[in-house]
Amino acid sequence: MKILVCISHVPDTTSKINFTDNNTKFDTNGVQFIIGPYDDYALARAVELKEASGATITVLNVGLADTEPTIRKALAIGADDAIRVNAEPTDSFFVASQIAAQAKGGGYDLILMGRESIDYNSGAVHGIVGEMLGIPSVSPVMKLEIEGVKAKLAREIEGGKEYLEVSLPFVAGCQEPIAEWKIPNMRGIMSARTKPLKVVEPVATDSGVRLEKFELPPAKGAVKMIAADNVVELVTLLKNEAKVL
Amino acid sequence: MNILVFTESAEGKIKKTSLEAVAFAHAMGGNVSAIAIGQVEQAELENLGKYGATRVLHAADEKLNQGVIQAYAAVLAKAFQDEQADVLVLADSSLGTPVGARVAAKLDASLASNVVQLPDTSSGFVVKRSIYTGKAFANVSLTKSKKVIGIKKNAAEVKEVGSPASVTAFQASLSAADFSTTITSSEKATGEVLLPEANIVVSGGRGMKGPEHWGAIEELAKTLGAATGCSKPVSDMGWRPHHEHVGQTGVKVAPQLYIAIGISGAIQHLAGVNSSKCIVVINKDADAPFFKAADYGIVGDAFDILPKLNEAIKAAR
Ligand SMILES: Cc1cc2nc3c(=O)[nH]c(=O)nc-3n(C[C@H](O)[C@H](O)[C@H](O)COP(=O)(O)OP(=O)(O)OC[C@H]3O[C@@H](n4cnc5c(N)ncnc54)[C@H](O)[C@@H]3O)c2cc1C
Ligand SMILES: Nc1ncnc2c1ncn2[C@@H]1O[C@H](COP(=O)(O)O)[C@@H](O)[C@H]1O
Repeated sequence: MKILVCISHVPDTTSKINFTDNNTKFDTNGVQFIIGPYDDYALARAVELKEASGATITVLNVGLADTEPTIRKALAIGADDAIRVNAEPTDSFFVASQIAAQAKGGGYDLILMGRESIDYNSGAVHGIVGEMLGIPSVSPVMKLEIEGVKAKLAREIEGGKEYLEVSLPFVAGCQEPIAEWKIPNMRGIMSARTKPLKVVEPVATDSGVRLEKFELPPAKGAVKMIAADNVVELVTLLKNEAKVL
Repeated sequence: MNILVFTESAEGKIKKTSLEAVAFAHAMGGNVSAIAIGQVEQAELENLGKYGATRVLHAADEKLNQGVIQAYAAVLAKAFQDEQADVLVLADSSLGTPVGARVAAKLDASLASNVVQLPDTSSGFVVKRSIYTGKAFANVSLTKSKKVIGIKKNAAEVKEVGSPASVTAFQASLSAADFSTTITSSEKATGEVLLPEANIVVSGGRGMKGPEHWGAIEELAKTLGAATGCSKPVSDMGWRPHHEHVGQTGVKVAPQLYIAIGISGAIQHLAGVNSSKCIVVINKDADAPFFKAADYGIVGDAFDILPKLNEAIKAAR
């Protein structure tokens, strides 16, 4: 089985977000980058499938050269080779076009992604890729079992779960508890250095989305503390001041 | 401008978030058509007129009673073309968001999800979307003639602006490929307030010590007509179901009121709640980081405060 895992390279979940260049560029100063947490679940599930019944895993990232340490980490976790599409990932449509171009003719049985990136939060790349390749896309997937040419999935819906069956190939946007995040071991880290990482140039596409300006939310006012023996006051404030009761 | 709105339903009723989508489209101005897919009560369909739809389409094919992503996308793309729509508006959800992505790809439309306010059309078509899991916003121009936008909860206020509309049956030509995923079964909490749509959320963390103590949280939620939520470790340990887990890697909520009990306020948890209008934090540790993100705070023991708070709210309502 051939599995393609698409990973984003995103600020660590504890990062403070700032912008530069008159609010048109993300400020990378002091920011640690990680594999997108949902993409990490996708990768972990791919590695489990490989361990259970054999598979080759290709990781794909659309990004500039600074994403290579993140890609190497995915190789250390268990991917066999990697593709980096050498372009800034400006929006989901652009990224999806690049992934579809790489996946076309690649013979992948399974394309795994995260349910959403934690920078753009679009939750869209998997759906667009599915449409572009003319194959099903399912998200957010919390369980994935392969049974021959079919897969059994569970998808999270508001207040519950939905169970599905789908034939390979398809695209899945993954989330927990599909697998446990994997931490690379020493052997993985050593072998990752020599695993193939192919750099390809992007295909031309018009995504129809253009950034104008970033914006930070207004600063939060100070918290009002209420004594533990005075919950009645809290209720009064919620009713009359915050007007939320 | 012709606007098509996809209205999602659950158990025959149009979802509140979809009413917001209709209200949003109405506030954008222009001609608003709404489309519902699958089994929906007739009165619910007609009532979409009240919230601003001038036309209501209903794709009632039995095969569409379950939310199959590809099939729904095919229906919406066809309706978009038939209605000569310029914009498709839908409410972001576990179904709406993935469906919207496929529709945008089918139509070659500009796509934006997570939109938080009405587009600025003074020059072009600029939408404001929430990014970095609520930590920032991006204003983006959608430059293609066709557009698909997914809106976040609370992007518009539901108001009655018109009268019930008549309902037109909508026939979509669906192929077998549109049904290549089969939904075999589903499990769904019924009768409860659903977390992503709730106006009030009562949420508990590891400070609640164990699942046996959730009665107090449920009591308070019941009094408030609220949904219950939890932090990630709480769902990881199986104290609460996974769909209640709030945060960066869980549900992002946007209620009027979020009450956090025994949750420390890790940045990953805050990422799921920072769109709440008002946040109340109850924690025995005065230095818990959550207080910095709160509007009101009480330092104290949850087991002591919860029953008192419940009584005080009952008395005030
Ligand atoms: C990539 C990543 C993603 C993550 N995503 C999420 C996410 O989506 N959602 C999420 O919640 N977490 C997430 N986390 C985990 C997060 O970092 C925290 O570990 C978690 O939120 C802590 O949960 P907690 O507040 O319930 O527990 P704790 O941090 O253990 O806090 C318990 C709190 O309860 C208080 N307490 C104890 N006893 C009482 C009492 N009797 N009365 C009142 N208060 C009491 C304590 O003072 C303490 O503040 C993520 C972590 C990572 C690395
Ligand atoms: N730059 C990227 N390179 C490769 N995959 C990506 C990239 N950005 C997003 N993805 C994948 O697409 C998923 C959904 O992203 P999004 O639509 O941006 O929320 C992510 O979870 C990743 O798996």
